[in-house]
Amino acid sequence: MKALSQRRRHPLAAIALLLMGLLVTGGIYAVASTANEAQAQTAVSASDVEEGEKLFVANCATCHGMGASGTEDGPSLVGVGAASVDFQVGTGRMPLQMQGPQAQVKPPQFTDEQTRQMAAYVASLGAGPAIPGEEVLDTTGEGVDPANGGELFRVNCAMCHNAAAAGGALTRGKFAPGLEGVSAKHTYEAMVTGPQNMPVFNDANITPEEKQDIIAFLEVIDEQGSPGGADLGALGPVSEGLFIWVAGLGVIIAFTVWLTSRSS
Amino acid sequence: MSSSTVVNEYQPKTSVGRITNFVDSRVGGSAMVKEFGRKIFPDHWTFMFGEVALYTFVILLLSGTFLTFFFDPSMTEVAYDGSYVPLRGIEMSAAYASSLDISFDIRGGLFMRQVHHWSALLFVAAVSVHMLRVFFTGAFRKPRELNWVVGSVLLILAMAAGFTGYSLPDDLLSGNGLRIIDGVIKSIPVIGTYISFFLFGGEFPGTVIIPRLYVLHILLIPALILLLIAIHLFMVVAHKHTQFPGPGRTNDNVVGYPVGPVYAAKAGGFFFIVFGVVAAISAAFTINPIWNYGPYDPSPVSAGTQPDWYIGWVDGALRLMPGIIAGIPLEWEIPFPWGVNTLSLNVLLPALVPAGLVFTLMFAWPWIESWITKDKREHHLLDRPRNAPARTAVGVAGVVFYCVMWAAASSDLIATHFMVSLNDVTYWLRVLFVIGPFIGFIVARRIALALQRKDREIALHGRETGRIVRLPHGEFIEVHEQVDAYKRYTLVNFESHEVLPAEADVNGHVPKNEKRRAWISKFFFEDRVAPVTPAELEAAHSHGHHGEVAGEHDKASISSH
Ligand code: HEC
Ligand code: HEC
Ligand code: HEM
Repeated sequence: MKALSQRRRHPLAAIALLLMGLLVTGGIYAVASTANEAQAQTAVSASDVEEGEKLFVANCATCHGMGASGTEDGPSLVGVGAASVDFQVGTGRMPLQMQGPQAQVKPPQFTDEQTRQMAAYVASLGAGPAIPGEEVLDTTGEGVDPANGGELFRVNCAMCHNAAAAGGALTRGKFAPGLEGVSAKHTYEAMVTGPQNMPVFNDANITPEEKQDIIAFLEVIDEQGSPGGADLGALGPVSEGLFIWVAGLGVIIAFTVWLTSRSS
Repeated sequence: MSSSTVVNEYQPKTSVGRITNFVDSRVGGSAMVKEFGRKIFPDHWTFMFGEVALYTFVILLLSGTFLTFFFDPSMTEVAYDGSYVPLRGIEMSAAYASSLDISFDIRGGLFMRQVHHWSALLFVAAVSVHMLRVFFTGAFRKPRELNWVVGSVLLILAMAAGFTGYSLPDDLLSGNGLRIIDGVIKSIPVIGTYISFFLFGGEFPGTVIIPRLYVLHILLIPALILLLIAIHLFMVVAHKHTQFPGPGRTNDNVVGYPVGPVYAAKAGGFFFIVFGVVAAISAAFTINPIWNYGPYDPSPVSAGTQPDWYIGWVDGALRLMPGIIAGIPLEWEIPFPWGVNTLSLNVLLPALVPAGLVFTLMFAWPWIESWITKDKREHHLLDRPRNAPARTAVGVAGVVFYCVMWAAASSDLIATHFMVSLNDVTYWLRVLFVIGPFIGFIVARRIALALQRKDREIALHGRETGRIVRLPHGEFIEVHEQVDAYKRYTLVNFESHEVLPAEADVNGHVPKNEKRRAWISKFFFEDRVAPVTPAELEAAHSHGHHGEVAGEHDKASISSH
């Protein structure tokens, strides 16, 4: 405190004050504008629903049925919500390419616009989780705590996705994918919709703030890379053991052969 | 006496010389160097894995000492406030927090952690390969049986050192491993729970296990390893090193280089090579990134939890074990007067039986083999693995058995990386667990016998040159080239055991044990390939086709095989 009162009269204090003022106004503007954007994104028009229905009938109804009421080849989508469609189509899982243990990720087949329209259509059939807005996904704000997110991740997600989010096997060919590079939006949607073998984590389970923490945690470990050098696929002791047997011992053997060939 | 007077009369001219002379005349160093330095050590690359083990152990001691300066083996709960952001403010044990500090806030700490861990992996790998080479070349035979036993104990100690060290950082991954050990201990009937409570100082995980493991890891186990290495190397010197057969190499000599100066210089250089390789790996590749796993907490279990490679096979056995066989559940609740006790065979059997089998056979093998062959002579010449087909086959069966369990420890990664079902991986590995060793045995023996036949062929008739010659009467033959005498020596000079039928004892009665021995002897050696005798060699070579053109005999012998 004493240090602060001394510095108050420093010639640079005015500049610092100015900078702070600018930062605050800039920050408020940024928050306000993203809130607007989010509203814009969730707002859907009747024409969106109409376009969405056309796309759905053309691409999805073979499996999901007319009116998305379900067939033998695909479940009913009534009440799954826009978030589910956005996740499934946005990550390329839908339209399903082949029956198998689990829908595979592939390059998305539809533009963002088309995805939004189909989501709007499915959402119009019954209430379900909405596509999260930017303000929910913003992990740079005050109070977002990646460490808490890490804790939540280890307790709720690590048993399937691995503590380092490197992915893991489930039974009969199903698996929880590695989460590197998955967007914040899709992560949020995965939690609220629980695709396939993943459980739903609703807001009573994990609050929206906590979801934000989890996303922040995943972003931090994504960004930091591997502080100790190449991570060998982040597969833990198996890749380490393989590496020492093949590369480590291989190099050592090359040296032993070289050393003993020198003399005889 | 006269030589010692000469030494005493030596007058050093420099001050360094005077000091060394002073020390030497009291300690007798030069006499030691004379004795030890003139030991002969044969040169073969496979003889160097023991050295690799020794050097990685030295690296472990050095890097481990560095780590002890900063590691805090305590399970006191602290809130982390170091520089790793994704764990800031999280409650964790002081052990985990100090491991994080070593990784992120102590200069060179992460590098030293990685040096320590990588050299630990390399240490156990080198010990294992060293053991395999001793096994497959028959270096464990008389008089080295006891050294084989010392070596086996070293292997177990190496695994124990690794496991106790792996658990120290108290991260989620190693905590999961400890929990499995706890489960195995608790599955021991009646006393299991008591042992577990004794070990963990109460219910798992408690607050004492890390300090206890620390004492084992930095004090007891390294001291035992050091002691046994000293005994081990003392015996190597006392027995002299074995050598592969070759011209001039007999059971009574050792052909090679004296320890000093050639071999010592080489060995010293090799130490730095090993150190360099470990350092390069540690600088470029991360190992055990504990910050990814988070602090240990008994509730979460991470997917893809595996132990370090040398414990993997035991983990694999646990993964392979079905809970129910043929409709019979393996977990029994036995009602006793004092209450119901649980017998968890599904945990007890896989944790103890395969490891028990492997280690029992390993310790006993020198005696098993000499019992079957009735060979009680000293052996200083090694076998080429092909020249002992039965032993080689047993070894390969053991390796296959081990590797199936080893693979099972990574069944989940096999499933995700090869896009197959985890259940199928498990079923297949179960099948391989049972039949794999037998297939390994048969295939290895057939290959060894085939190689022996090829050697025999080459010794008798020379090498196929691939040169086709047309004889005047129109016949085509391939030219065989005789190998030189040195090469032929290694091809024909080996011992091969024969079937020893059961012998009656003094009363004319054949004991059951002897019958059993005879049965194994027949099974092992009935289709042996006999070494080429001098007479056969003579006959083959005096047959009028010296060197160039193969004669009638060649064709006859080829078609007769
Ligand atoms: C080949 C058949 C097939 C096609 C074509 C297909 N789906 Fe699916 N879809 C499925 C199946 C099967 C599932 C269930 C997957 C599971 O849970 O394992 C599914 C699940 C979904 C889900 C998740 C439902 C939930 O419970 O959250 C959504 C959303 C979805 N599909 C949307 C679509 C959309 C949109 C299209 C068109 C672009 C489409 N699907 C095309 C077969 C198909
Ligand atoms: C029971 C196991 C399980 C748990 C627990 C679980 N997941 Fe999943 N998760 C899955 C499976 C299986 C999929 C793949 C679904 C698919 O392919 O449609 C998945 C997919 C995802 C995806 C999409 C990845 C991609 O590549 O598009 C994200 C993101 C995700 N999970 C995050 C989480 C988070 C965050 C948690 C914890 C709050 C969690 N999961 C808990 C099993 C699980
Ligand atoms: C801490 C681990 C070990 C160290 C440091 C070590 C070191 C050595 C060294 C330096 C040699 C001489 C060179 C060589 O032949 O490689 C040797 C020989 C030998 N070792 Fe080991 N060893 C270890 C473990 C083992 C194990 C696990 C076994 C077997 C179970 C074993 C059995 C033997 C035998 C029988 C010899 C004599 C070999 C011969 O003379 O041909 N050792 N050891």
